[in-house]
Amino acid sequence: MMNYSIALKTLITKEVFRFIRIWPQTLLPPAITTALYFLIFGKLIGDRIGTINGASYMDYIVPGIILMSVISHSYANVVSSFYSTKFQRNIEELLVAPVPNWVILGGYVSGGIIRGLLVGLVVALISLLFADIVVKNVLITLSIVLLTATVFALAGFINAVLAESFDDISIIPNFVLTPLSYLGGVFYSVEMLPGVWQMISKGNPILYMINAFRYGLIGVTDVNIQLAYLITGGFIAVLTLFSLFLLHKGIGIKN
Amino acid sequence: MNALSIRNLRKTYNNGFEALKGINLNVEEGDFFALLGPNGAGKSTAIGIISSLVNESSGSVSIFGHDLKTDRARAKSCLGLVPQEVNFNQFDTVKSIVINQAGYYGLPRKLALQRTEYCLKQMDLWDKRDTVSRRLSGGMKRRVMIARAMVHAPKLLILDEPTAGVDIEIRRAMWKMMETVNQQGTTIILTTHYLEEAESLCRNIAIIDQGLIVENSDMASLLARLHVDHFVLDLAEPLGQVPVIAGYQIEGVTDKVLNVAVPKEMGLNQLFSQLSALNINVISLKNKSNRLEQLFMDLVESKPTGTE
Repeated sequence: MMNYSIALKTLITKEVFRFIRIWPQTLLPPAITTALYFLIFGKLIGDRIGTINGASYMDYIVPGIILMSVISHSYANVVSSFYSTKFQRNIEELLVAPVPNWVILGGYVSGGIIRGLLVGLVVALISLLFADIVVKNVLITLSIVLLTATVFALAGFINAVLAESFDDISIIPNFVLTPLSYLGGVFYSVEMLPGVWQMISKGNPILYMINAFRYGLIGVTDVNIQLAYLITGGFIAVLTLFSLFLLHKGIGIKN
Repeated sequence: MNALSIRNLRKTYNNGFEALKGINLNVEEGDFFALLGPNGAGKSTAIGIISSLVNESSGSVSIFGHDLKTDRARAKSCLGLVPQEVNFNQFDTVKSIVINQAGYYGLPRKLALQRTEYCLKQMDLWDKRDTVSRRLSGGMKRRVMIARAMVHAPKLLILDEPTAGVDIEIRRAMWKMMETVNQQGTTIILTTHYLEEAESLCRNIAIIDQGLIVENSDMASLLARLHVDHFVLDLAEPLGQVPVIAGYQIEGVTDKVLNVAVPKEMGLNQLFSQLSALNINVISLKNKSNRLEQLFMDLVESKPTGTE
């Protein structure tokens, strides 16, 4: 019987070393960008806005900015790493070896989750320079950030498998992920929107993740927390099954 | 036991191109086997299916008795592949490329380190272990791929044009390495466009053309089918004109070198008698190393007649 734990560990280690080796591209930019967000939106503009649902504007935007960073980096890690692996054809190293599909998926997704969480930690530490946040519910905070990173690492994997060019791996992050994140209640409460826009916003899954995370951090939410878990868990299940289906069929990988 | 057994293997690509039309092939354990064919014949597709890089349309492949569909992990564990083109991460170091591959095959870390050191030393790459692979020469990159394929000690090693584009010194070193690996018990399947390479290394051969196997036999019996041997004669004195001797086809290469096609039924004695009679002194004789090439051309230019 093959020992798949060694293959999984090898793949995860390789993925983590990859993004750590290029830390000026992977870990430094979110630190600078989010510091600017906190300074401009939180400090300069936020002081004039006052409070939202009882929280200061700075405290209100911290969870959203942390989770937005987690989302974009867990996605970016997997999509760029797996697509490069395909492009350079070193995916063949894995296909030739007795590595089951779940190990390939688990290895790349774990790499994305770890980078997402590491970036989230960096952003959280920077936020402490601007806000004085005491975590309200550690379990919800940690579970939601982990589940959200998993959702977007899986989504990044599917994007990379289906991509046929480098353009294809930038379309989703630029034209889907970023707008959905900004419109997911990072900077405002969905309750502030007029009726129709509120309805439309509630169709955005990122809204639920950000609000659940905000609830865990500062105890403020626009959505039902159970529903947020259901949506996030549902996405993980569907995306995992779809990823395994793609790997099983060899779509985008094999001839 | 068969190291490789292929049954009725077919592959039709999405664009309708039928790359394999139902091939059957057995490679015995311990063999050094040549799989030859012109470009586009189906060799790479066959190797792709054997190594799980291409999905077959129908048919079966088993490696050391393990079916690639039903016993995939065991079948894959027996196989090592050296692909035609460089396919490792060019940003990784030589050592990490090889040791990661060991990890994918489930080798514990300590054993993986030992095997990596052994394989890199075998390939004369140990002093390059910390070099980023994109800085290596073409020959070194090929040796990295061989070390990577060998790290889990596969029982069957497929080398897909391993010496393409490398200089003669490296090529000869690689031939020696392949012979050593084979002598140590690893079955080798070699594809190459250098037919003298296949002739000198391989004991058995299959020729594939247009998706069909048009020849599958041992090298000695295949070469014995040649009715004509080609020799190169070095002469003591320059010739004014190329001699004409009935039954032999003679071409002048230079004024002191002749190419002679000798039909097997006529032999060399008669040729030398005739040359002596013409006062032509031969100082050396060598066999032209294109015997397999000639057979290869005959086989792929004639219409395929079967699938095995």
